[in-house]
Amino acid sequence: MLGGAFLTMSAIIEIDRLTHIYSPGTPFQIAALDSISLDIKKGVFLAIIGSTGSGKSTLIRHFNGLLRPTSGKVRVCGIDTADKKQRRNLWRSVGLVFQQPEQQLFEETVLADVAFGPRNMGLAEAEVKERAHEALRLVGINPQEAARMSPFHLSGGMRRKAAIAGVLALKPQVLILDEPTAGLDPQGKQQLMQHVENFRRREDATIILVTHDMEEVALLAEQVAVLNQGRLVMVGPPREIFSRVEELMAIGLDLPAAARLMHQLRLLGKRIRPGVLTADEAEEVIAGLLEEALC
Amino acid sequence: MLSGISMGQYIPGDSLLHRLDPRTKIIAVLAIAVSIIIFSNWQSFLLIALLTLVALFVSRLPLAVILGSLKSLWLLLLITFLLQAFLTPGTPVIAHGPLQVSQEGIIAATGIVLRLALLILIAFLPTLTTPPIRLTAGLESIMSPLQRVGVPAHELAMMMTLALRFIPTLLQEAEIVISAQRSRGAGFTTGSPVKWAKSLLPLFVPLFAGALRRADDLAMAMECRCYRGGANRTRMSVLKLNTEDYVVICVALASLAGVIALRLI
Ligand SMILES: Nc1ncnc2c1ncn2[C@@H]1O[C@H](COP(=O)(O)OP(=O)(O)OP(=O)(O)O)[C@@H](O)[C@H]1O
Ligand SMILES: [Mg+2]
Repeated sequence: MLGGAFLTMSAIIEIDRLTHIYSPGTPFQIAALDSISLDIKKGVFLAIIGSTGSGKSTLIRHFNGLLRPTSGKVRVCGIDTADKKQRRNLWRSVGLVFQQPEQQLFEETVLADVAFGPRNMGLAEAEVKERAHEALRLVGINPQEAARMSPFHLSGGMRRKAAIAGVLALKPQVLILDEPTAGLDPQGKQQLMQHVENFRRREDATIILVTHDMEEVALLAEQVAVLNQGRLVMVGPPREIFSRVEELMAIGLDLPAAARLMHQLRLLGKRIRPGVLTADEAEEVIAGLLEEALC
Repeated sequence: MLSGISMGQYIPGDSLLHRLDPRTKIIAVLAIAVSIIIFSNWQSFLLIALLTLVALFVSRLPLAVILGSLKSLWLLLLITFLLQAFLTPGTPVIAHGPLQVSQEGIIAATGIVLRLALLILIAFLPTLTTPPIRLTAGLESIMSPLQRVGVPAHELAMMMTLALRFIPTLLQEAEIVISAQRSRGAGFTTGSPVKWAKSLLPLFVPLFAGALRRADDLAMAMECRCYRGGANRTRMSVLKLNTEDYVVICVALASLAGVIALRLI
């Protein structure tokens, strides 16, 4: 690749022809990832989109060493994940929030659950407590109350927040979230992503977000990677990705509402500048159209 | 780790064996299993071995799967062979101090290992070629005469169906919980027994919570559809024996009779 040396310097995750096959050599063999190459730069907010079963969850599990490539290479923070010993320690720098993380709570109190990760890091008790409190405050839970709350008596949204705090408490350099807002109400979604933004700013972290919500992608992501049937089919900034409407539709993906509206107007023959993603931009465009029509 | 195929898992297909009625397979396999246990001379061995090979061939299962079922029990086969070889008295072939292997021992060991291998191959055929739900339906149908003497055949079959249905789900869930807790630095293998037991809590608490929630949801869903087990319940797909089934049952019973006859002569 051109300028490879420069890219590798700032890339925190380097993926080189990564292929992953589940249950190889059996009748149930599935090629979940097929020769994926991608560099993720330090500090970037990357969104990974793709229809159900396209391999998103499989891909991100390679980033903190839960899965090992069947072939190809993944380097995270300069560490080759094929190295078993190093792989086992990746969780310290790469935090992974699973789909429906609220189902993984197990401690008697929310505070103890959030402290589980930092405690496993071998930190001093004072530091563990400090980190747990900080993470809880980040997601808007009062630490004093958390010391008395049982995770099993909370609402789904609260439990989700608690579970995410459990990963934030690790203060990872790379934070990966697998559909963190699925099943939350609009306000809950917005709040949660605000917490993630806050964490990112405070820790200067790299964020990787797997999502089906295109509004989130349009609003937050700096880079978008599109997966289809285990292949990486597009990478680029959201404006560029969402202007390739036909290709996205062909693989069953949707557009943000504003972009969809612009697309429909274009189909009606209106001339509209490319790269309109947010409601504000759409408003501007429509105002322009109205003015034109009135003149 | 927990993924991949578990032993004897159903492999979809369209062979004669796949199409047979589950009851046929259960009865035929029982008949052949009994033959394998009681045969006493090489003629019957050849007969049964031939029958097994034909069955395996007709099933069109991949060779890897067939060998896989043997591989999963290789330790059992090995231990059986060693015990038999060392513990049978007779003319010594290899002797080393108190340990000796006799000629008779080797012959007996080979015999019993072949017997066991045949048994394993045959016993896995029904589960490899029948969806679990159909298999339990077959079991229920075979057990139903016992209902008169108070055996709750339908309830037993229902429990078995539900358990089978949820094994893959629970395994998958376990895998996710393990991965998730690993991502927070949980180790599941180190330390003293007490420490070890404690280290399993992050796995088992969410797993049990999930299983209970699922059971609750399922009970509610069944209740909502007015499920009542037992008497007068009809099925959506009724089991029916075809010509093929009668032929297979006849062949299996005939070979059992043959083996018994050969033993008596
Ligand atoms: N543990 C596993 N064993 C075998 N196959 C698996 C396993 N996990 C995933 N797969 C398969 O790999 C493919 C990719 O799955 P993956 O979970 O990565 O998709 P995804 O993009 O995350 O989908 P979703 O949006 O539904 O979460 C699917 O075909 C799936 O069936
Ligand atoms: Mg997924």
